Parts: sequence; structure tokens; C-alpha cells
Amino acid sequence: MSRRAITLRVNGEEVTALVEPRLNLADFLRQEAELTGTHVGCEHGVCGACTVKVDGRAVRGCLMLAVQCEGAEIETVEGLAASAQGSELCEAFVEQNALQCGFCTPGMLITAAELLDDNPAPTREEVRDHLSGNYCRCTGYQAIVDAVMDVAAKREMS
Amino acid sequence: MILAGGQSVIPALNMRLNEPAVLVDINKVPGLGVIEEKGGVLRIGALCRHEQVRKSVDVSAHAPLLTKALAHVAHPAIRNRGTFGGSLCNADAAAELPACVLALGATLNVESAEGSRAIAAEDFFFGFFETALEEGEVLASIDLPVLGATGRHFFDEAARRRGDYALAGLAAAARVEGGRMIAPRFAFISCGDRPLLAGALGELVATRYPDAPAEDEIAEALARDLEPPEDAVTSSAARMRIATVLAARAIREFQQNGGRA
Repeated sequence: MSRRAITLRVNGEEVTALVEPRLNLADFLRQEAELTGTHVGCEHGVCGACTVKVDGRAVRGCLMLAVQCEGAEIETVEGLAASAQGSELCEAFVEQNALQCGFCTPGMLITAAELLDDNPAPTREEVRDHLSGNYCRCTGYQAIVDAVMDVAAKREMS
Repeated sequence: MILAGGQSVIPALNMRLNEPAVLVDINKVPGLGVIEEKGGVLRIGALCRHEQVRKSVDVSAHAPLLTKALAHVAHPAIRNRGTFGGSLCNADAAAELPACVLALGATLNVESAEGSRAIAAEDFFFGFFETALEEGEVLASIDLPVLGATGRHFFDEAARRRGDYALAGLAAAARVEGGRMIAPRFAFISCGDRPLLAGALGELVATRYPDAPAEDEIAEALARDLEPPEDAVTSSAARMRIATVLAARAIREFQQNGGRA
């Protein structure tokens, strides 16, 4: 299959590339855009490690084709971490020991950021529900939920 | 092969379970992502995302069964992308939406180069991942009768993990008018090779109203209606037991508070 030209924005920067139609967004970000913060775990949408934002909504990077992102605005963990809101989340994850190996962390951060955008004061149960599609094999859920709750509490005070 | 939300098609490609020669992406086709209520009918465009449907005020007012059921569909990041029509065309017997459209007596509007046709939900699901769609046909929209003041609905399922496929689940709808229960429809998830409408149970419940059948009578009716599959971890009997408990719960809710959320 012949390659297609696509132009999209990744973390605010315009990217143009020639890609195979079969290339998924997560592989595109890692291999073409050289942003390896997006992790590829199960490759069928179950683990959540590849979660990125497309036009403001969290989606699975492994379940979208790069060619479908023509004209889209993508935010990866690199972009999130560079923002004020994202760095607040990153700090809370470090503070609470919410990561061990770190494989799930990019997906957790993007998913948590989306939750806090929609619902700035979630209950613990709502945080667990929103993060239920992100697997952590170091079994650190307790600390991850703590970190997200901390950020919500901190934002409520400020 | 058509690519809509891709939340089932792309996993199948990634796992090399499917190798379509051509994939037609319909995501940018205009007009397929609209939800509107007109003259007692709620129309949901096939390309509406699950989260869009779950958060729609029109849907929670006119088809609250869907609002309830969609909270059980996978996870937010999947729901942001997966589509209402895609879930129906995928026709997974373990999925929530096929059972919902059966319970609600929906009509599926299908288009092709030759023209359009309407298919009743009960004629749409054929078997294991199989639907009434012919080669060249595309699902365009779904029409649902709006839930009036006399309408009742119930949704619940048992799953091992949040967002996981149901071990068994139930979508039910009915109307209570003039002291009678009219057309109760109980559609079961993961209890056959497709979503199954439990006819014997529906008849039993309608005949007994305003009384409720006993649990052993419910189980007896469901033994005629359902054929729950068996796998390495869940027996057919276990699924049947969950189905019976959910049915008893739905019937109780219909009696007590009318099943209004």
C-alpha cells in the first residue's frame, strides 16, 4: 500500500509525514515523531498505556490509524508534562509514589488529566472508575488514586 | 470492511484476526453523528460516539436505558471513540447496546447504493457476530420510540471487572397502562450466540401483573428462552443464575417504583 502524506499537530507543533495507512497512532508517535513517552502495551485497547489526547479527548493510540489524524491536534504525555496542569499531576505522582516501573504512567496521566478537566472535584470512586481502563502491573492503584485526589484537592484550594 | 470508531475492528487487525483488502473510513461522512427527537421518535446517528450518547440530554430524557447501559460499556477512552452504530454492527453477544436496542424495540435504518431499508432490531441480530446487513449496506441511524410517562426500564449486568464484558446482563423495557403491563421486553446479554429477547419470561410477567412471578418460575421461563454459553471460567449454569437474579430484580423494580430512574 502506498504511503499517504498527513499533517497534524503534536503538542502544539505541526508535523508532516508520509505514512503507511496501516500505521497506528501510537507507533506513529513513537517511530515517526520520536516521542517515546507514549507506551505500547497490549495493542488491543485493554491496557491503556498508549492513551493520548486527540482533539482534547483521551483515546487509545493503538486503536486509531495515523492517517485518521489528518488535521487533528494530538497531546502526548510529553506535551502534558510541559503544561502547568500536567506538571502538577506529575509532581503528585512522584510525591505519592504512584509509579514503580513507570510503564503505565503516561496513560494514567493523560486519563487523569481528562477526568480533572471534566470533573475538577471527583470522588475517589469516580477516579477509580475513570482510571479503570488503565492497567498498572505494579499494583499501584491506591497511590495513583491518592495522587489524583491530591491534585483535585490542591486545585480546589487555589 | 467499514471502519467507524475502530474499537473492535482495529484490535482484530492488530491481532491479525482479520485481513480486509479494503478498509473504508466513514468518520468524516457528514450527518451520521446527530441525535434528535422528532414526533415521538429518538433518532441516533450511527456514528455518534458512546460518550456523546451517554452525555446527551435528549437520550437521558427519552431513552434513559441507554444512559444507564453506556456507563458499563468499556472505559472512557474507548467510549470517546467507539460508535453506537459500530457496536450494533459488530453484534457481540456480550455487548450492552445490541441488547438495549432489542429491549427498546428499535428500528435500524440501513443505506446502500440501491436505496434504504428499515430493519427491526429483532430481525437484525442473526448469530455469532452476524447481522442482517447485506454486502454494500451501511447502518446510518437508529430510531427508538421515546419513553413516555408509562414507560419502564431496567439495566444491570455482572462483570468481573469494571468495563469488562458482562458474564450476564439484562436490558428491559415495558409500559404500564391502566393497571396492565404492556409488551415487557427482556433482552439478555451473554446468554446466547446473540442478544436474546426472552419471550416466555415476557409473557409470564405480563400475565401475572400486578403480581410478580416467583424466582423458580422466572428460572423455568428463562430455561426456555436462553442458551448461555460455557467457557473455561464461567459455566452455563452460573450465567443462568445471574440472568434469573437480574430478571427478578427488574420485575421487582417495575412493580415497586415503576423502574423510573
